[in-house]
Amino acid sequence: MSDASSKIEFLRASLAKAGLETPDKRSRAPLGHMAADRTLKGGLQRGALHEVFAQSSHETSATGFAAALAARVGGDKHILWIRTDFSALEYGEISATGLLDFGLDPSRVLLLRVSDAEDALHAASDALCCPALGTVVIEIPREPGILDLVASRRLTLTCAESGVTALLLRFAAKPEASAAETRWLVRAARSLSPQKDIEEEHWGRPVFVAQLLRNRHGPLGHWVMEWNADDGDFKEFPNTGVGAADSGIVVSASCDRPFAAAVEDAGDTASLRSVA
Amino acid sequence: MVTKNANALRLSAVDRKATSLGLSAGMPLANARAMLPTLKVMTANEPADLKLLERIADWCDRFSPLVALDSPRGLLLDISGAAHLYGGEQAMLDRIRALLLNQGFAVRGAIAGTIVSARALAHYKDGSVVPSGDEASATAPLAIEALNLDPITTHALRRAGLKTIGQVAKRKRNELNARFGAAMVATLDSALGRIETPISPRVPIPDYMAERRFAEPVVTEAIILETLQSLASSLGEILTDRGEGARRLEAAFFRSDGAVSRIAIETGHPTRDAAIIKRLLGEKLDALADPLDPGFGFDLIRLCATRAERAQASAIDFDTRENEKREIAFLIDRLAARFGSHRILSFQANDTHIPEAAALAVPAQYAEFPRISWQATRNGGEAPRRPLRLFERPEPVKVVRVDLPDSPPAQLRSRRVWHETVLAEGPERIAMEWWRHQRAQPTRDYFRVEDEEGRRFWLYREGIEGRETCQESWFMHGAFA
Repeated sequence: MSDASSKIEFLRASLAKAGLETPDKRSRAPLGHMAADRTLKGGLQRGALHEVFAQSSHETSATGFAAALAARVGGDKHILWIRTDFSALEYGEISATGLLDFGLDPSRVLLLRVSDAEDALHAASDALCCPALGTVVIEIPREPGILDLVASRRLTLTCAESGVTALLLRFAAKPEASAAETRWLVRAARSLSPQKDIEEEHWGRPVFVAQLLRNRHGPLGHWVMEWNADDGDFKEFPNTGVGAADSGIVVSASCDRPFAAAVEDAGDTASLRSVA
Repeated sequence: MVTKNANALRLSAVDRKATSLGLSAGMPLANARAMLPTLKVMTANEPADLKLLERIADWCDRFSPLVALDSPRGLLLDISGAAHLYGGEQAMLDRIRALLLNQGFAVRGAIAGTIVSARALAHYKDGSVVPSGDEASATAPLAIEALNLDPITTHALRRAGLKTIGQVAKRKRNELNARFGAAMVATLDSALGRIETPISPRVPIPDYMAERRFAEPVVTEAIILETLQSLASSLGEILTDRGEGARRLEAAFFRSDGAVSRIAIETGHPTRDAAIIKRLLGEKLDALADPLDPGFGFDLIRLCATRAERAQASAIDFDTRENEKREIAFLIDRLAARFGSHRILSFQANDTHIPEAAALAVPAQYAEFPRISWQATRNGGEAPRRPLRLFERPEPVKVVRVDLPDSPPAQLRSRRVWHETVLAEGPERIAMEWWRHQRAQPTRDYFRVEDEEGRRFWLYREGIEGRETCQESWFMHGAFA
C-alpha cells in the first residue's frame, strides 16, 4: 500500500513540476459578516454559480446584494452585468452613479443589454470562459423555460473551469432545482440611523435580510447584514435600534433542515430572537 | 413593357421580335396597338428591375470590387488591373457575357477607356474592346444618341445636321459650349477619351482584401470557417507588412447561383490575428437571424478589411494586467459581433449634475480613455445618495404629505401600492441646465425615502411651487438598494 501511495505522491510531484496540475482557482471570498463567513466556511466560493432571489418588490435590494457579492468576489477584476431589456423597463436600468455610491468602480463594470433569457445565458456561458473577468452577473426576470437544471449545470461547469464567479440574479421567480453552489433570498430591512457625528443624515447604510436557502457544502443560515460601501464589506447589523426589531422576518422551524447549526449562528440578530 | 409617362402609355422596352416588326421603345402604346393588334403588353415594374440590376451588380462584384449602377439597365465595372486574371480584356468580356447569357439575360457589353465611350459602344457596337487611346476613332461613326444626352440636345444636334459623334467632335469646342453648355462638352470629351471620370462604386472600396475561388462550390460550414481563417491569415500578413490592423471586416459569400451575402464585424482595437478574426466571424455567422444559406454552394469567398488603422506590433508580454485587458477587449468584440456593438456598454463619467446624464453608457468597443474621473456624490461614511437602479422615464407617483414647503412625502403610491415612508432625506435641489435647452426645464427637488419594509426610493417633485408650477407633481426616478 505504502508503495502505491508513494508512487502517487511521486507522480503528483512530477506533474506539479511540469506545471500540468492546475492549482485550485476556487478560493473563497469572505463577505465580512462573521456569522455568514463561518457558515460558508470562509466565504463565498469563487468559480461557482450562486443564485440571488429577490423577495417580491425587493428587487433593488437583491440587485444591491448581488452587486455587493460581485464586489467582494471579483477583487479588482472586471464585472460583466448582463441584463434583459424587460428587467430594465420593469425594475430600472443599472446606474453607474449608483454603483459608484455603492462602492463599486463603474469603470470596472461592463453592461450587456440582451433581449431575452436565451441571449443572456448564451452571453453568460461565453463570458464565463474569460478568466480576466472576476464576476458575471446574470439578471433574469420571471421564469423562462430555458433556465433549467441543464443550463445551471452548464454554467457551473464553465465557472469551475475558468474560475470566474457567476451570480444569477432572479426577480419574480420561484426557486427551482439547480446546480448552484448557494442560493440566497434577499429583502431589504429598515436601516439604522447613522452615527451621531453625521448630523444631516437620517438614514443609514443599506441593510439586507439574507436567507441562505441552499448551500451545497455546508449549513444554511439567515442573517441581517449591513453593507458598508466605504470598506466594501458586509457588517453585522447592530443589535440596537429600531431597524431590525420590526423587520418582521419569519423563519420556518429549523428541525427539518440538514444543518440545524444555522439558527444558532444567526441567533444574535434581534429579528430571529423570537423564532429561536 | 409599357410605362405611364406624362399621362401617356408608352412602350418602355421591346423584345427582339417586336423590334423586327418595327416597334421601338418610346412609341405610344396606341400606335403600337394600331400596328400590331395582337401585341402582348406588360406593365413595367421599375423597383423590381432595379432590384434585379442590383443583384446582378452583386454578382459582378466577383470580377472587380468597383461596380457602379448605370440606371436603368446598365452596369459599369472598373476592371483596371483585373483583366489579366481572366486572360486579357477580350477574354474577360466574353466570359462575363457568356455567364450572364447562361443565366438567361440578354447582354450587351464593351470595354473602353472611359465611361461614356464604353456605354456608347455597348449599346451601339456590342462586344467591342477598344484599347486605351483609340476611343475617338471607335466612337466617331456612332449615332449621337449613343452619347445619352437629353432629348432636346439630341434633337437640336440632329436638326443641325450632326448625326454622328465624329461630326459633332469636328465642331469647335467654344461653339458647342455656347450652344449646349459645358456638361454636353464634357460628355463628348469623355466619349472621345479625352477626359476620364471615375466611376462611383456601389460599395466603398475596401482597404485590403483577400479572396478564394473554388472550382467546386463549398457548402459545409467547417470548410467555410477554415477558408475564412486562411483568408484572415493572408489578410493579416498584408496588414502586418503595412503596420496596420483591421477595425472593420466584411466577409462576402458569392453563391454559385448569383446571390451574394455579406456579414460584417467590428473590433475594438486594430486586429490582424487570424484566429481572433475567425472566431468573431464564426460568432456572427452563428448569431445571424437569417442563417447563411449556401444553396448549391459558394464559389467565391472574400474577406475585406473595410476599415484599417495603424497598429503597433506588440510583443507578447508577461504582464498579467495587459493580458487581462486584451482578453477583455476580445470578449467585448465577441459579444459585439453577436449582439451588436450598441449592446455591450461601458460607463463613463460626465460633467453634469443631471442624474440621468451624469454617467454615459457608451459602446465598449469605442470607449476611449475617460476624460473625467468619477466623483461620488456621497461623503465618506454616508449611505448612497444615488440609486442603484434608475428608471429611464421617471414614473409618476401619488404623494400624501404635510402641507408645508419642502416637507417630504408621508405616503406614496407607486404602481398601485401605497408605501408608508419612515425615513426621508431631502430635498436635494437639482436645477436643469438652462444652457442646454431652448425652453426652461423645471427644477427638481429630490427626496430619498425609506418605507416601512426598508425599501428605498428616489422621488422628486417637479418645479418650484409658486414660481415654476402651481400644481404638485411627483415622480419616482429610481430605487436604492
